[in-house]
Amino acid sequence: MRTVKTIPLHLRDIIQEIREVAKEEYGLDFFETIFEMVDYKQMNEIAAYGGFPTRYPHWRFGMEYEQLSKSSEYGLSKIYEMVINNDPSYAYLLEGNNLVDQKTVIAHVYAHVDFFKNNYYFSKTNRKMVDEMANHGARIRRYVDRRGIEKVEDFIDTCLSLDNLIDYYSPFIERRRKKERDHDDEPRAREIPKFKAKDYMDEYINPQDYIEEQKRKLQEEAERLKKFPPDPEKDVMLFLLEHAPLEGWEADILSIIREEAYYFAPQGQTKIMNEGWASYWHSKILTERVLTDAEIIDFADINSKVMFSGQGQLNPYKLGVALYRDIEERWNKGKFGKEWDEVDDLERKSNWDKQLGLGRKKIFEVRKLYNDVTFIDEFMTEEFARENKMFTFGYNRKTGNWEIESREFKKIKEKLLTQLTNFGQPFIYVKDGNFKNRGELLLHHKFDGTPLRLDYAQGVLEALQRVWKRPVNIETISDDKGVLLSYDGTDHKQSAFDYEPI
Amino acid sequence: MTELNKIKQDHRRFKQIVRGKIKRNLRKYMSQGELTGKQGKDVVKVPIPRIDIPRFRYGDKNTGGVGQGEGEPGDVIGQGDQAPGQGGEAGSEEGEHGIEVDVPLDELAEIMGEELELPNIEPRGKKRIETIREKYSGLRRTGPESLRHFKETYKEALKRQMALGDYDPDNPVILPTKEDVRYRSWKVTELPESNAVILYMMDVSGSMGDEQKEIVRIESFWIDTWLRSQYKGIESRYIIHDATAKEVDRHTFFHTRESGGTMISSAYKLCMKILEKDYPAEEWNVYPFHFSDGDNWSVDDTAECMKILNEGVLPRANMFCYGQVESPYGSGQFIKDLDEHFEGTERVTLSEIKNRDAIYDSIKEFLGKGL
Repeated sequence: MRTVKTIPLHLRDIIQEIREVAKEEYGLDFFETIFEMVDYKQMNEIAAYGGFPTRYPHWRFGMEYEQLSKSSEYGLSKIYEMVINNDPSYAYLLEGNNLVDQKTVIAHVYAHVDFFKNNYYFSKTNRKMVDEMANHGARIRRYVDRRGIEKVEDFIDTCLSLDNLIDYYSPFIERRRKKERDHDDEPRAREIPKFKAKDYMDEYINPQDYIEEQKRKLQEEAERLKKFPPDPEKDVMLFLLEHAPLEGWEADILSIIREEAYYFAPQGQTKIMNEGWASYWHSKILTERVLTDAEIIDFADINSKVMFSGQGQLNPYKLGVALYRDIEERWNKGKFGKEWDEVDDLERKSNWDKQLGLGRKKIFEVRKLYNDVTFIDEFMTEEFARENKMFTFGYNRKTGNWEIESREFKKIKEKLLTQLTNFGQPFIYVKDGNFKNRGELLLHHKFDGTPLRLDYAQGVLEALQRVWKRPVNIETISDDKGVLLSYDGTDHKQSAFDYEPI
Repeated sequence: MTELNKIKQDHRRFKQIVRGKIKRNLRKYMSQGELTGKQGKDVVKVPIPRIDIPRFRYGDKNTGGVGQGEGEPGDVIGQGDQAPGQGGEAGSEEGEHGIEVDVPLDELAEIMGEELELPNIEPRGKKRIETIREKYSGLRRTGPESLRHFKETYKEALKRQMALGDYDPDNPVILPTKEDVRYRSWKVTELPESNAVILYMMDVSGSMGDEQKEIVRIESFWIDTWLRSQYKGIESRYIIHDATAKEVDRHTFFHTRESGGTMISSAYKLCMKILEKDYPAEEWNVYPFHFSDGDNWSVDDTAECMKILNEGVLPRANMFCYGQVESPYGSGQFIKDLDEHFEGTERVTLSEIKNRDAIYDSIKEFLGKGL
């Protein structure tokens, strides 16, 4: 597929050894994994493409590459490892890393691949994505040949502005509306259902206000059905694919960008869990089985780099691994369930050990069923937050500083969950595809207390307008007031708007 | 060959887009002075607006986050624009912010030249300093195989065969013999090269405020950038003056503030002294720039200035540039005097700079003559 250096013999043996240990002794269950050796330039290149060297052409990969190259030139960062969720999985080793680094990476990779294969949120991802990406690349290159790079790239830019407007849970839920609505029902539905009554009794059995009530209900239902879409839709990209006046090539590019967004979504949804899982296993496999005594110090060194968090930083590797270890210990000692929750005595609590030994089994279950949000929600305890010295921080406008706000558990958890839900991005829905009865598009920002960043919102409206071809609007709240941001292809407007939560 | 070189295309494309952005926003860069503080040795960091992809998102400062570590509520954990802990992981997320790109100064000058339609400078006819450049442009009969010149070898063979009558056009076989083989070889060419000196002079008396100096600072950045692209060797010297003049370093030049009177002639005298001592006219291209708000101490001193310019500076300089920065306190007289005295003199360029927005046009006035 590509020119990459073959893995030297001694490393191949090591890969084999770690693979055996991970599989046979610790029960990790991974796809076949193909390791390739690359130099740092190739590593930067592959990283720029998000792991896929076969992707479609686009300037932002060049930008990413420039930034990665700069920061590796200046020694600010170095990518140790990269692995692609695919069957078989591909993983890249950096040429010139020392042996302990390589061992760490190999073990880390196998754990990632186990996670890809088993975690529920990855279950719907395309496991032939390497091929699919190449296919996307070929299609887009064909459009470039026909229409020129500027035009195609410009449209890709447009689509990328919209690529977070997908419904992260939709791969798991069948929620597509019926293609054809039952139009037959409409005429009949317009008749008001009446109780049977003789004429002279009618106004008693079916009193006027009852009739009015029924009329109103019917009208509301009719209104709802007339609405387009009938209910707010979160997969804005899909709505556009189905209803925007797109040319064939445009629709194809939009669908490609959407597909890739869905492919990458689970990696964002499970960052803490996935990195934690990989870190948990590389530590275990290396220290218990693979390393020689002389290598332990080197390992401690690299591991501490991975686990480093600067002041105020939350390192997903560190948080994740700490949480798995906490779970393992709690389930080993039986520190869970009703009995445990009801203990008030601190001393009893700290000496608690029912020797259940359920820890290992539990963490495997957790890696299968949870994502970052549910992981944190269910397993992060007050003790854990305290032991790990967690806090919330915020921006102090008066001083221009970021400051520690609180160490209160409830606030920490709340903030962390908010940050992780929907990747800390605003919830946006399509509310009306025929706004003002003029074919305008109306989006709804489900307001959760945090306003949108306005210049970016305007940028997205421009992209939307490019796709929808008619004026586009989004309703949101700014300065505690409902506001409608509009873009008609020439001008941006902001007007007061009656904001009703959906 | 390998697919691994694909990034080159995307990288080139990215640079092309950056270049276009810089061009379109040049006027803004010039008026805001964004670039002047970001200059490295040969590159300048250019903040590129909106090259990132806009998406619906929250304003950073509205959200905050969760961290780990020591500290009490109220303790500072970070400053400024970037929220703590936003390191950014490779490959998993797109860069969300506008970015800074390293642009080589040469390229910036090129963009500037295109956009401002600046003519290239023809250095004055004093090409003393010569550099030696080696170029593979010659041919030899011996040499290493790696330098064998395929085409020339066959040409030689063809010549020989034709001379000997061995060449058959119906069966065009050419067989080079050992004598036919030619190798590339290098030739030494001597390139005349010119050096230039820029002398910046500025009035630092009280009426030149921070804003005025900032304008001068921005202008000098662009002047430097352009002239640097035109000459191989460039030196800059800085003179500040009120009633007396002294030579200072670049930092002092832009950060000194004096009070008291203004005698412009003091600066011109010092300028002459420096030129006479260090920059013999036959070897150097000379660019004196003077910035003030247009107040001078006396009519006599102004007359003195004209005399020095006429007799000393102009005969040596490619061009003398005077930039008058508008200040609420200055009378703005000096530019009128210069104009009266030097009207029609090609090598004197005068420019009034009302505010930052005028920098763009002022640069064009200064550098547009190609002198």
